[in-house]
Amino acid sequence: MNFCLYCYEPLEKSLTWSNWLTVEKKSVLCSTCAEKMEKITGQRCKVCSRAWNSSLCFDCQQWRELGDNMERNYSIFHYDGMVRDMITQWKFRGDYILREIFRNELQIAFEKQFAGNDSSLAIVPVPLSKNRMSERGFNQSLALAEMLDAPVKQVLGRKTGEKQATKNRKARLKRDNPFFTTEPLQQAALIVDDIYTTGTTIRQAAQQLKLHGCPAVYSLTIARS
Amino acid sequence: MDKQIAISPQLLAQALSGKRILEEEFPVPQKCFQVLHSTKQVIPIPAIESKKGSAQCTRCGNTAMHYFAEYPCGICKKKHLYCRNCIQMGRISECKPLYIWNGTETAWPAHADPLTWEGQLTRAQSRAAFQLEQAVIEKKPSYLSFSVCGSGKTEMLFPAITAALQRGDRIALASPRVDVIRELLPRMEQAFRTVSLEALYGGSEHRAGNSQLILATTHQLLRFYQAFDVLIIDEVDAFPYYLDKSLMYAARQAVKKHSTILYLTATPSKDLRLQMKLGKLPYVFVPLRYHGHLLPVPQFKFSFNLTRQLATKKLPHSFCKWLMRRQNPKRQLLIFVPKIVMVKELKAVITALLLKTNAISAAEELQAVFAADQDREEKIKQFRDRTLHVLITTTILERGVTFPSVDVAVLAAGHEVFNEAGLVQIAGRAGRSADDPSGEVIFFHDGKTDAMEKARQLIIDMNARGRKL
Repeated sequence: MNFCLYCYEPLEKSLTWSNWLTVEKKSVLCSTCAEKMEKITGQRCKVCSRAWNSSLCFDCQQWRELGDNMERNYSIFHYDGMVRDMITQWKFRGDYILREIFRNELQIAFEKQFAGNDSSLAIVPVPLSKNRMSERGFNQSLALAEMLDAPVKQVLGRKTGEKQATKNRKARLKRDNPFFTTEPLQQAALIVDDIYTTGTTIRQAAQQLKLHGCPAVYSLTIARS
Repeated sequence: MDKQIAISPQLLAQALSGKRILEEEFPVPQKCFQVLHSTKQVIPIPAIESKKGSAQCTRCGNTAMHYFAEYPCGICKKKHLYCRNCIQMGRISECKPLYIWNGTETAWPAHADPLTWEGQLTRAQSRAAFQLEQAVIEKKPSYLSFSVCGSGKTEMLFPAITAALQRGDRIALASPRVDVIRELLPRMEQAFRTVSLEALYGGSEHRAGNSQLILATTHQLLRFYQAFDVLIIDEVDAFPYYLDKSLMYAARQAVKKHSTILYLTATPSKDLRLQMKLGKLPYVFVPLRYHGHLLPVPQFKFSFNLTRQLATKKLPHSFCKWLMRRQNPKRQLLIFVPKIVMVKELKAVITALLLKTNAISAAEELQAVFAADQDREEKIKQFRDRTLHVLITTTILERGVTFPSVDVAVLAAGHEVFNEAGLVQIAGRAGRSADDPSGEVIFFHDGKTDAMEKARQLIIDMNARGRKL
């Protein structure tokens, strides 16, 4: 028997015409859990994916004025309720297998938003500091990157630092760039990560990539907070 | 447990003996841990025992393969199995061992006269208390106290705990419900003022778990290994079968080799009843409440289409009628509903109805509570202090919590979440005070279930036995 990956309820499969006639993608969640994940729908900022009723949100306008080095971020879910709990359990508790929850949506978003426009994209995961790695045992960004059908290039390194989630906005924006490039990347990059909050992490990574010859940096994130 | 303890050999031994924890859970600086490790005062044991196709988590005992998963370890570059069953307490994986204490055993103080409680046990209570005390003194491996809701089981434990403390034993009292632990803590502190005592539960501030007397949710037992001489498990029946297995594992792991486990229950499961009948589990039965009155027997009220009415946020007519004609409207009202969504949905309609019938004078006198509610502790306290008059709840309040004078209504008592034991417990919330020993218990349903019938029958049987005393 199969169980919901999140709540362990048995997955009931009733036979319907559509699943009898076609090969369906296997769902890993029960319908109750799946329904509680809130997708970003409707109008959104064309740069950072925040739900916004004009084309460019206030933050991104400011980034523009400073000279933005990230082309575009696409997020799938709101970082709220169920999605927040799932990401917490996955990342901070280290429940690795929960990445399967996002596999389908991540692949679809990648195909629709990025792969269609530029087939030569390299997937770049955000590196994890040594401390974090020894705690968690895996890099959540790499775990997501590996689920996509494109070459993964681990060209960034990270200096040891503090946890991002415990900092406030001001501290995050002011922080020195913790990333460095281990080898230059000559093609457009897609950074894959779990959460987009202020966008600082991604822009700092982008800055390093661009300094070393990368022409354009995009980003794909599970949730927009 | 990340409170750093002052380092003295004695304190270290107290904090670490009887524990089985991960390196990151050690309440000492990393350097100190390394010294303990190199001097073999703590020794590593595999956190997951895996053979071909099967595995067991050493901490929680889980063997179900769907509660295991793998992750690729970024440090060892290998795939590791990890346990998802107890992951909320920190991940157990093949990568990191658990550590057990191998240093000097802690000697806990023997207390000549630890009991500072001045109450009196009733005759029925003292008979049971004596049996429990004997079980501890004779070091019987297990003993069960089968006593009805509201019989005063905490007090009945005092002689047994006293006997153990006089011997210098380490004792734990475990309950599946955090509300029960919170309620017990002040009572136990009062009763054993000179004994080091602490409560461990999910939300408790960082606690070291280094006291002689420990109150803990059953989950917290998982961090202990051969720690206790006496373990008291409250509400053994509160678990569904599969959790039961892991509780038993935790209990067996947490006690020393020669120890006593005391089980407390008001509604023994089938399995327990069988063991009692076969004579494998010695027990004592207390059919009377501490005030000597009988248990209130639930009344069934049929209400056509109840499930559908509740789904459309309507209250059944029979419920409204009952509300207007309660025997004693001064009693507080505890309303059980089967699902969390219903708690939220019905709050508004019930408030409106109660305001209309003058059962409450302001909307603030009614609150709703459920497991994930952040203000749960506060609301329960307010209800107990009578600042709240009505509380709508899910099954989380079915056990262990005591409110002096309430009427109990169960909406959709036929729902599958209400099992026999649960319904007996729910009925047991009423009539708990000597001043008002007879609250009303009404099960509203649109089709009787086996569980409802059996629950009522069990209460009638217990009352029959109580009458004979």
